[in-house]
Amino acid sequence: MLITQYCLIKPPEIRLNGSVIFDHPTSEPPEFLKSAYRNLKINYPKFFKMDALCKLAFLSAEVLLKNQEITHRYDAQEIGIILQNSSSSLETDEKHQESINDRQNYFPSPSVFVYTLPNVMVGEIAIKHRIKGENAVLICKMPDARQLYEYVYDHFLQNRFKCCITGRVESYHNKTSVSLMLVEKEETATSLVKPKKMCIFDLSNFERIFNKAI
Amino acid sequence: MEELIEKLKKEIIQVLNLEEVKPEDIDSDMALFGDGLGLDSIDVLELIVLLQKEYGIKIKDPKEGRRIFTSVRTMAEYILENQNK
Amino acid sequence: MSICNFTASFKDMRRVYFGADNVITSLGFTTAENAEQVLKGRTGIALTTDERLCPGPLAFSGIKDDLLDEKVREFIGKSHCTSSFTRLEKIFILSILNALTGNPIDPANPRTIFIFSTTKGNIDLLEIYRRKFFEPDRVHLWRMAEVITQFFGSPNKPFIISNACISGSVAIMAASRLITSGRYDQAIVTGGDILSEFIVSGFQSFQALSPVACSPFDAHRTGLSLGEGCGTVILTADANIAVHHRAVEYLGGATTNDANHISGPSRDGEGLTLAISAAMKEAGVSSEEIDFISAHGTATPFNDEMESLALDRAGLSPVPVNSFKGYIGHTLGAAGIIETILSAFSIRNNILFKSAGYTKNGVSRPLNIITDNRYQPVRRVLKTASGFGGCNAAIVIGN
Repeated sequence: MLITQYCLIKPPEIRLNGSVIFDHPTSEPPEFLKSAYRNLKINYPKFFKMDALCKLAFLSAEVLLKNQEITHRYDAQEIGIILQNSSSSLETDEKHQESINDRQNYFPSPSVFVYTLPNVMVGEIAIKHRIKGENAVLICKMPDARQLYEYVYDHFLQNRFKCCITGRVESYHNKTSVSLMLVEKEETATSLVKPKKMCIFDLSNFERIFNKAI
Repeated sequence: MEELIEKLKKEIIQVLNLEEVKPEDIDSDMALFGDGLGLDSIDVLELIVLLQKEYGIKIKDPKEGRRIFTSVRTMAEYILENQNK
Repeated sequence: MSICNFTASFKDMRRVYFGADNVITSLGFTTAENAEQVLKGRTGIALTTDERLCPGPLAFSGIKDDLLDEKVREFIGKSHCTSSFTRLEKIFILSILNALTGNPIDPANPRTIFIFSTTKGNIDLLEIYRRKFFEPDRVHLWRMAEVITQFFGSPNKPFIISNACISGSVAIMAASRLITSGRYDQAIVTGGDILSEFIVSGFQSFQALSPVACSPFDAHRTGLSLGEGCGTVILTADANIAVHHRAVEYLGGATTNDANHISGPSRDGEGLTLAISAAMKEAGVSSEEIDFISAHGTATPFNDEMESLALDRAGLSPVPVNSFKGYIGHTLGAAGIIETILSAFSIRNNILFKSAGYTKNGVSRPLNIITDNRYQPVRRVLKTASGFGGCNAAIVIGN
């Protein structure tokens, strides 16, 4: 398997395969995310309904998958999404909790509550890109490249998918970062962005890219 | 009625996060669901919350939602009929 | 991580067996207690007013605190200061302790991995009045898992799956892969969720809750009933343990995504159908070989309809099917594990459990809903689940 694309987000920068493609004057997440959306000329009004975690996951997938045409090269069910983070959806959880703290002013919002699950970020990516394969969200205390790598590797070994969007998406107050990779079986991968030995989906390459945005 | 309709348009844009929509883009009789503004099932629920929070109206049966929220005008009519009941 | 005993290929795939298990719900503190109550047709869902959860009456299945405290004193209190654990942590620890009494594995062994499944963990700690009892980090899922694995002396970083209502199923699948690959020899798979104002208010905002105990697949179903629960099962490569526990084996599983909507089930059930087909293919079973289906069956109008379409598309309409949620409610992150454990019970005892709350078919496909408990050979069971985010999961187990 090969890592064919990777997207790193650490405000104020978005990088694709190591090159900066967006650089925003401020790293404040709300402005950063909206500005990136506009700058990348994405047309998807539902973006504005998403919470920060899903906006981040969505943006990184948009950048990662642009021009990759993965649904032309793979069946929808052959593409998986396996993501990791530490804070789950806690940022939005706190927002939901605020809306119910005062019984006299008690108006829980369904459009906030729906985002109080970390796997909804997977759903948003799946909906936009029509991806239907294996999907999961793993939570760990600290960024853990090895745990994620082995999880994804074992899926490939068992032929559970032929292509996987995987990495870490974190959004919790001032901790905003993404390391997202496109991993594909070698026989169906198209052009590589680095010399092949740097693209091989092994623990060393995976860790190197995974840790860049932390 | 027209004042309420204009107020509703702003509120709809705000609670449904229709960031790129302006009040003048929403025709008072335009379908809110389907081909009109393209709202979905979560949006109906959110509008139910709006009616309760801003206008004190509790919708007992969510299935009524689609009928009440056909357009901004039908929303306004429903509010005027049911407010303070 | 694991001691290096990893087989780099799945060619000689080890089989994965279900060892001892435990279920804690409003119906009891062991699997046997829960199964007994289910067989008697008792539901743990009651209409109660609990001001902590919601201002008015709510039909839910709650673990009784007085009984819980008694068990905690008995099993944890003698060696630990129990006020250092949150309510959910106590439930997890009790469940794991009970499962371990039935299984001679050492949770502190580096070849044993903990896999947690939960949707919201200690989310009740976000409440203003609860925050002061524990450190701020305790609300994080990883911290909850850390407290529990430290209790058992596990040297490994646990896996924590938080994937909405399919979390439990995903955790079981993850465990099987970790064992098959040789990375670990056994897995303590444990899933739990408790109710809180956070969760209740959220589901209320979705108008998803039934005013009475839920009726999966029924024509008059009016929504779901929430439930508290914890399920623990020990998965192992050791066939000897399997013999002791009347071998039930993990045979196959898959997850898919509808790629349709983040909260509404797909209208045609395609995503779940794909998961079911993939799971059955991996298990090497045809639809005729499935003896029982433990459905997700939340009793919302849309879920049950979607599930009936999916089962029908997969050729499974004639197969006896139930939902356990009429007995124990929707236990969220625990559901996939508890309901798989009860399915294993079905296999071991050749019993089909009646589907609680069902009197008349309320879905468009002619499903074979189980209307009375009956004894008949049960060898292969399919467990299905679906959740927010458009995810679906299917597992096949059997002997």
